[in-house]
Amino acid sequence: MLKPEEYFDPLPPEDRDTEFIAMESRSFGRNVWDTFSKNRLALIGLICLALVVLTALIGPLLSPYPYDGMDAMARNQGSSAAHLFGTDQMGRDIFTRVLYGTRVSLMVGFASTALNLVIGVLYGGIAGYVGGRTDMIMMRIVDVIYAVPAMIYMILLMLIFGSNVYSVMLGICVNGWVNMARIVRSQVMTLKEQEFAVAAFVIGADRKRILFRHLLLNCLGPVIVTVTLMIPQAIFNEAFLSFIGIGISAPMASLGTLAQDARMLMNVYPMQMVWPVLVICIVIFSLNFIGEGLETALNPRGRRA
Amino acid sequence: MLRYVFKRIGVGLVTLLALIVVTFLLVHLMPGNPFDIANLTPSNQEEMMHHYGLDRPVTQQLGQYLVNLLHGDFGISFKKSGVSVSELIVEKAPATMRLGGIAFLAALILGTLLGIHMAVTGRDFVRGSILSFTTLGISVPNYVLALILMLVFGVRFKLFPVLGLGTPMHYVLPVTALAVYPLAQIARLVKSSFSEAMQQDYVVMAKAKGIAPGRITMLHVLKNAMIPVITASGPMIAFLLTGSFVVETIFTIPGIGREFVTAVSNRDYTVVMGLTIFIGALIIFCNLIADLLCALIDPRIKLTE
Repeated sequence: MLKPEEYFDPLPPEDRDTEFIAMESRSFGRNVWDTFSKNRLALIGLICLALVVLTALIGPLLSPYPYDGMDAMARNQGSSAAHLFGTDQMGRDIFTRVLYGTRVSLMVGFASTALNLVIGVLYGGIAGYVGGRTDMIMMRIVDVIYAVPAMIYMILLMLIFGSNVYSVMLGICVNGWVNMARIVRSQVMTLKEQEFAVAAFVIGADRKRILFRHLLLNCLGPVIVTVTLMIPQAIFNEAFLSFIGIGISAPMASLGTLAQDARMLMNVYPMQMVWPVLVICIVIFSLNFIGEGLETALNPRGRRA
Repeated sequence: MLRYVFKRIGVGLVTLLALIVVTFLLVHLMPGNPFDIANLTPSNQEEMMHHYGLDRPVTQQLGQYLVNLLHGDFGISFKKSGVSVSELIVEKAPATMRLGGIAFLAALILGTLLGIHMAVTGRDFVRGSILSFTTLGISVPNYVLALILMLVFGVRFKLFPVLGLGTPMHYVLPVTALAVYPLAQIARLVKSSFSEAMQQDYVVMAKAKGIAPGRITMLHVLKNAMIPVITASGPMIAFLLTGSFVVETIFTIPGIGREFVTAVSNRDYTVVMGLTIFIGALIIFCNLIADLLCALIDPRIKLTE
């Protein structure tokens, strides 16, 4: 006759949790990073971008040449130990110029995107939150701005304010924020009807607090994705303007200006053009891939635990 | 429907008016006057200004300009003596239109096919490679692509001619440079809207009724999947037109884009203004057509307005 406790075997300790169903609790950031790092292209993009940014920041300190230093003895040289990328038709070291050009291009890209971000988020947030007639008028204005190609206005503004970094940024801001405003507005419009927003209102939070602390913070995902796609757009636009000859003027140079300078001698010295163009491509590729990676990582439906 | 059409045309007209006024004021703000040439004394300059009515108040000039526009008169070029802007447009527009038109059609047809293929193919490898191609396509700036194409196929291998638009062969490189970006964008749009439409109830219904799969794809799904593409084709045409600035400059094609860039670097303000308004009006018109087409395909759209 068996004793009651002998009917059962004690569960081995390693099997104790077999029926416990729950996934590991992970923070939002960790979750996003996991999905993001599984996307190989996005990861490569991130590494490339980090490399380019670091080189552009540190590189000029290491280079023995100033960006506008000409050397009549060493014109149109090919790559060598002294001049890594060779020299241009004025005898300037192309490697140094590409480094400085990358700096200018990146600065224009990041700074104008920051401006667009602020304008777009505020504009879209207010339009979406206030709603009604205000929203309608604000969005009609957006429609009108959206309908005309920004490039044309950029060109007109460059003619008025002259060719320098600030007018390029101003030009990019003419319509760069429009897309952001639209995205934030539609997000805020759905978010403001949700329980947490109503709850905040019931507790007595004022409108400003609800908009900034509760609604806009919840738009973070789409906003980040839009930002990563806005930066390459801005860099593209700057290079476009410089390329048609009204962007950043000599002796300063952006990547677009460098490509334009080298175009004259393209048949003879194609490599002079290849370097700046290569860097533009790397930067824009990287940012686009990062943007795509973030899009799947930040979109809850795209994330699988 | 009629009400929607009228409303949409009204919005288009308001946008057009805003475009003209803003362009006029911007051009007016530009520094210098057209007769500021070395061999003209200040009193001569004043006389010239008076002769062309440039010393009158801005509002009067604007009014006069609007009246002239209604007669199809865009004014005269400041730099090319005896050439009117309207003549310039009539002379240069056909090349740009042909180029842009071919590029647009190519992008539309190939992009749609690629997009459908991506959506329906079961092979991950095929989908992945098309997807990478489209990411490349939206990342390479059009001037970079134009330069690379010219360098590789025009200069190195001499497969295609690179100057002007003499024979059909001349079209290959510029059209490719223009079309790749919109093509990639259309392919991505079609892919996502197509896979979404495939899951709709009416597709299941059509399958259950025993309609051939090809017919379902082409008729039921495609019709709905094309709506985002049509909406996006307005901005795409804008992109093609601004893209023509660089592509025409690089390939030396006598079109509106090249004329615009030349006018910008010559500070030929009336030509800049006339071409800006012409290009802007063209884009507003295309947006209008796109919206009306959408409403025609999907009657629900006009109800949400």
